[in-house]
Amino acid sequence: MKPRGGWSFVSPALIAIGVFFVLPVVAALALSFTDFDIYGVADRHNVRFIGFDNYRRLVATPLFWSALRNTAFFVIVGAPLSIAVSLGTALLINARVVRARGAFRTALFAPVVTTVVAVAVIWRYIFHDRYGFLNYVLGWFHIDAIDWLGDPHWSMPAMIVFAVWKNFGYNMIIFVAGLQSIPGDQYEAARIDGAGRVAQFRFVTLPALAPTMLLVTILTMVGYFQLFAEPYVMTRGGPAQSTTSVLYFMFEEGFKWWNLGYASAVAFVLFAIMLGGTMLQLAVARRWSRS
Amino acid sequence: MTHAAGSARTTWHAATALAVLVTLGACGDPEVTTVRLWAMGREGEVVAQLMPAFERAHPGIHVDVQQLPWTSAHEKLLTAFVGDATPDVAQLGNTWLPELAALDALAPLDAQIAASPVVRPPDYFPGIWETNLLDGVAYGVSWYVDTRLIFYRRDLLAAAGFAKPPVSWTEWLAAMRAIKAQVGPERFAILLPLDEFEQLLSFALQQDDPLLRDHGRYGNFESAGFRRALTFYLQCFIDQLAPLSTQIQVPNPWDELARGYFSFFLHGPWSIGEFKRRLPASQQDLWATAPLPGPTGPGAALAGGASLVVFRRSAHPREAWQLIEYLSQPDVQRTFYDLTGNLPPRRTSWDDPRFVAEPHTPAFRDQLERVKRTPPVPEWERIATEMRVISERAARRVSPATTPGELAAIVDAAAVELDAHADQMLAKRRWLLDRAAPAGDRSARP
Amino acid sequence: MKPRVEPWVVNAALIIIALAAIFPLAWMISVSVMAPGEASTAPPPLLPQAINFASYHELFSRGHIGRNLLNSIGLALAATVLSLAFNVTAGYAFAKLRFPGRDLAWKLMLGVMLVPAQVAMIPLFLMLKQVGLVNSYAGVLIPGMANVFGIFLVRQYALSIPDEMLEAARIDGAGEWRIFWSIVLPVLRPILVTLAIFAFLGSWNDFLWPLIVLADDSRQTLPVAIAALSREHAGDNELMMAGAVITILPVLAVVLALQRYYIQGLLSGSVKG
Repeated sequence: MKPRGGWSFVSPALIAIGVFFVLPVVAALALSFTDFDIYGVADRHNVRFIGFDNYRRLVATPLFWSALRNTAFFVIVGAPLSIAVSLGTALLINARVVRARGAFRTALFAPVVTTVVAVAVIWRYIFHDRYGFLNYVLGWFHIDAIDWLGDPHWSMPAMIVFAVWKNFGYNMIIFVAGLQSIPGDQYEAARIDGAGRVAQFRFVTLPALAPTMLLVTILTMVGYFQLFAEPYVMTRGGPAQSTTSVLYFMFEEGFKWWNLGYASAVAFVLFAIMLGGTMLQLAVARRWSRS
Repeated sequence: MTHAAGSARTTWHAATALAVLVTLGACGDPEVTTVRLWAMGREGEVVAQLMPAFERAHPGIHVDVQQLPWTSAHEKLLTAFVGDATPDVAQLGNTWLPELAALDALAPLDAQIAASPVVRPPDYFPGIWETNLLDGVAYGVSWYVDTRLIFYRRDLLAAAGFAKPPVSWTEWLAAMRAIKAQVGPERFAILLPLDEFEQLLSFALQQDDPLLRDHGRYGNFESAGFRRALTFYLQCFIDQLAPLSTQIQVPNPWDELARGYFSFFLHGPWSIGEFKRRLPASQQDLWATAPLPGPTGPGAALAGGASLVVFRRSAHPREAWQLIEYLSQPDVQRTFYDLTGNLPPRRTSWDDPRFVAEPHTPAFRDQLERVKRTPPVPEWERIATEMRVISERAARRVSPATTPGELAAIVDAAAVELDAHADQMLAKRRWLLDRAAPAGDRSARP
Repeated sequence: MKPRVEPWVVNAALIIIALAAIFPLAWMISVSVMAPGEASTAPPPLLPQAINFASYHELFSRGHIGRNLLNSIGLALAATVLSLAFNVTAGYAFAKLRFPGRDLAWKLMLGVMLVPAQVAMIPLFLMLKQVGLVNSYAGVLIPGMANVFGIFLVRQYALSIPDEMLEAARIDGAGEWRIFWSIVLPVLRPILVTLAIFAFLGSWNDFLWPLIVLADDSRQTLPVAIAALSREHAGDNELMMAGAVITILPVLAVVLALQRYYIQGLLSGSVKG
């Protein structure tokens, strides 16, 4: 018997997504071809269609490139670091010899569900150059105090440290599930072949984790490209705009200065970059798995 | 037939009942009108204390005060404008007033001012009242006046060999260098927060060259005047007279001045109240105020302060005006001064004994005769921010090893870059001006 | 056999990492009960001299964090209800009901998941302005009502419902909605809990959209209020920590108590990815 009524089940969701997401995205594309700004909000006649001028202007804006560099640095350094820490912790927590696994998992996972804004506030205090705990600890090792949030060279590394702390638990859980799905006999076989711990990791664990690794990498990178709350709370995009990310740049252009057409262009460029990055990773993974 | 008529009647009854209910619900309490007021910073904290007296004098009006932090006030105002969520009355920094007026967000107040026995324009400092006008129409009433001048450590200045505060840039540099020589590398002579633009802006306003040219169509930062201002500003970093700090890193400049971390900083009248609150009585002798030194003698300063405005979309313009009138009364202004240290914009208020006796306000009275307004264009806030960003970058690039030639090149590059940015930001304004008044008539409103 | 590692090394390493994970949160609590100004000293104090609730008092009386807390709770509950209402039926339908265009529609949905939410924000804001919903709770809730990830979660789980069970009910003459209500929903209960947690947490932690939409102090949610507080009171660390405690602890406690469901959802959303 053919079930009927499928559309009535999905239409509320589809309509909501269509009206409140798809439609605005299309509108954003249209907006990006206009010079809609605060004058435009005051009077619609002040809006002109300007074709690709917003995109041209974006390419010629040094702050945009700087934001792109900052974001790229955050993604390229932060994502692998975060994934490495997640994998390392997953391996540790998955080891047979662990006691109180549940308690450990709870502790390691706690940062993930906290509100970014609130923990950013805590970390802003931890990063303080004179009263912060991090510099205090560095002092034990006789390392000079670092002006984490005031020195343009250390501000992005500070963001990375914070982001790794906040997110590693998420990927750790995924990795643990992946590790647990590796059949034990593969390790047994490797051991019989004489492989030591490191070799077992290289030739059994890593290959088996490849699909999980791909997923984690894509998820983490997509998430990190959307860096916004941390600079907003901790550094207001500074010092010297060193923590201005692409999304922060878009937010300022769009919701601080109300250059809405221009900001929409930024949003689309960000989307294109993220899409491109994801496609690239998938292609690389496919080529690698074939070899 | 009957069935249809019966159901029609039922529908009619239901509709009437619904209409009555809705009307009753919408009326709410017909007795009390709520006026929404947005105020910033310390004024926001304090103005709420003035409201009970106002509400007693005007039963039937309730004022809902929302306090906004200065750091996000501009954003919130524009967001409210875009989202049609503006309040009835707001405190507007007078550099923001032209912006909102140009966007047609404010109600003109000429009629109310002419009819008011309380608000009398001739009594206000002219440079200050002018900040309310856009093309001759008044959009706000000055609430308090503000400017930035120097707060300094008397004792540290004296120890460095200067009995009186400096009046020219040359004297000032000499004094700061002497202080720096005394306090050593860990401490400084002046605080110039890299995330504030008021300091450089003050130096720039002291020049004869305007900041924008051609009725606000183009930037004028490549002029000799601005270059001089930027050179002086950067010199303070070259000689390590100022730390490379932001305001976030030194959120409490009053305590830091008392600790001797620096000896000069530029702030407004509310600092008088802060010093009195935060420092113990024994330390009240250490600090003093003085007018801003200018390139060759006493210099101009920012025509700061805020006005009270009524938004065009307000549903209660009459009650909003009553609130503004109340806050403009001289006795209320005096109470306001007592609570905030904010100086009154009316000359006659200054004759009051509390100002005559107060040792720190004469410097302000003096400075207020030499205030200059910032360009009244909507893009000004953005241009000023860009100026700050570029000057911060330049400040981080210089060091004690920078030669005068290198400094000139850095200033040059910064000026050219700033002009390019300003011209780009003003492009839309040029288009609107040229469209409204084709070449020849330059006086039209955008 | 898994490679053997010395037990104490593994446990010690885990303890260190777990401490690093927990320390900022524990310290947050500690600083929040310090006297104002106590924390701004070097070396930074770990424990307060005496427990002092001044910061909390200030937040609840002069700040209006009680109101913000209620806003966050209210909005998060509403978002959860909306999410359940919109996403569960769609997830089930995409998994188990055949209707023309289903596969194409599903592919489109997956494509939608690739687009970052920020692209839609500006036009959405303008749309809300047109209908007067800026600065309203509805404005905050509406864009999040249906979301593809939620539908995805439900669909993944619903795929495992045995078709025979549904067929049997259809043969008995039950209508689709009846089947959904009496047979499918009870089976879906675990994923409903997961979806509810995700929706609640997502709404509670949402920052950028409420920041843009809500202008009035009194309507703001906790993250927005904390961000505003942090810009205004940069030096008052105790106050900020107290605000952070209020924002983090309630939800942290609830989610950690229900972590089994959260983790299951996390995994099912990714493993089949």
